[in-house]
Amino acid sequence: MRIMLTSGPAPALAAHGISFAYGRETVLDRVDLQVHAGEFAALVGPNGSGKSTLLRILLGLLTPTSGRVEIFGSAPTELRERWRVGYVPQRPRIAPDLPATVEEVVAAGRLPKQGWWRRRHAADRAAIDHAIESVALAGQRKQRLNELSGGQQQRALIAKALVAEPRLLVLDEPIAGVDVESQRLFRDSLVHLVREHDTAILLVSHELGAVADDLDHVLVLKRSIVFDGPPADLTATGVSLGVHQADLPLWLEELT
Amino acid sequence: MMHVTHVVGALTLPGMPWPLPWPFDRSYMQLALVAGVIVGATAPLIGVFIVQKGMSLMGDGIGHVAVAGIGASLLMGTSPTWTALVVAIAAALLIEFLRSRGNATGDLALALVFYGGIAAGVVLASRSATNTNLQPYLFGSILTATANDVWTIVALGAGIAVAMAIAGRALFAVVLDEDSARVAGIPARALNALLAVLTAVTVVAAMRIVGVLLVAALMVLPVATSRMLARSFRGTLVLAVVVGVVSAVLGLVAARTWALAAGGAIVLVTAALFALASIVAGARRAGAQADSILSGPH
Repeated sequence: MRIMLTSGPAPALAAHGISFAYGRETVLDRVDLQVHAGEFAALVGPNGSGKSTLLRILLGLLTPTSGRVEIFGSAPTELRERWRVGYVPQRPRIAPDLPATVEEVVAAGRLPKQGWWRRRHAADRAAIDHAIESVALAGQRKQRLNELSGGQQQRALIAKALVAEPRLLVLDEPIAGVDVESQRLFRDSLVHLVREHDTAILLVSHELGAVADDLDHVLVLKRSIVFDGPPADLTATGVSLGVHQADLPLWLEELT
Repeated sequence: MMHVTHVVGALTLPGMPWPLPWPFDRSYMQLALVAGVIVGATAPLIGVFIVQKGMSLMGDGIGHVAVAGIGASLLMGTSPTWTALVVAIAAALLIEFLRSRGNATGDLALALVFYGGIAAGVVLASRSATNTNLQPYLFGSILTATANDVWTIVALGAGIAVAMAIAGRALFAVVLDEDSARVAGIPARALNALLAVLTAVTVVAAMRIVGVLLVAALMVLPVATSRMLARSFRGTLVLAVVVGVVSAVLGLVAARTWALAAGGAIVLVTAALFALASIVAGARRAGAQADSILSGPH
């Protein structure tokens, strides 16, 4: 049973009072957040702030100690049409020695839409072509993923997430170690998705770099959410959003 | 299964001996050829995924446990193949369960399962009243395979091929990144269990060909070979199957020509192909480096 307090569609992603502890160590303490369709949000926090744990809980990979997550109004594990959630993992998560081409990696992302046991149809092939072209990797589609630059690999992973045409896109540290050209392409595709396709985006990172100016909404996590609002309110505190990891603890101290 | 019960006792497949050139002119060599080609193709097919998961020795471990099944069958008078299959599948699922828990004791638990399995096999076989020993199953005995054995291998091979045709794409997504696959609603845990079961089926199918002690070589070496040369995952898969089949055929030719143990000969051919591929890949790398030096900095 779900209680809807507001009218209109359910948020793309909502966390209600999420807490998590490893043994006696509290990692997350009553975290609330919402990301709506057509909203570009970022979750930032230093290492050890609980970002990775929260991300796993939001995606349904980890069960919280208390609280609940809703994706389009359903618990993550009960969500139908799983293709509605796109996930871009950290680049190092992908097996570095996997002998797979860009095209094969992107095609794997199409499985939730085509049905994992089904063969590929013309629409699937067209979607794969389109996703590869949208991240400017058409020239590299037959190349092995592990032969590409870091930025190109990241773009391939984004294409893999986009190829199922998700309504909610969650990205884990997508900017780390990525060249300027890839950052620009990356920013353009995310902004396009939010503005033209009404996609909800949650970017989890310790630095915002190229996308800082395009965000609708910033959440700062330090075990609980210590800031939740538009980036202008955060920059008014004198904090730069292009911050690097080393600076984060300082300005987080100011916020708490 | 239907086929198996129908052909019990038959010594050859229909129409044997087929008109094939030497060394495959005799019925027993033709049976060996059919069995060898099927195992040579299916073992690397599964091997591609288990190597990518960093579980290259999974086949070896399950092979050890299969010995317990053979020992039990000798004692109980049941079919060695089907008894080994049941035991191997149970062990594979147990191993996958321990692995998925991912704790430090898992490694020791695996050792317990593996060595407990082979020790139980030896002890059970020593208690059996028959004269049959474990030797043909430990090192393979392809040249004494009956039509019944070959039909079993055909059935197991067909099972593996069908399962891979249905689940291969999803298994690729799981080895690429298991978390992403789970988020996408791909049943990663069930597919991992399926892979474990298919590994067990492969081990049992290969048991009469190369033996349980060498089966892992046929799952791993063709894959290690093809990974050095192929440009894609599909290419890796196809080339690994080709290497497996070629190894089986050449190994049988060598076995007939020089009266060698066929299982060992097949695995040595696989190892030789691996060495050859290493040289080719090394030369290719050196060539690429020379090109980049000659063309200068960009």
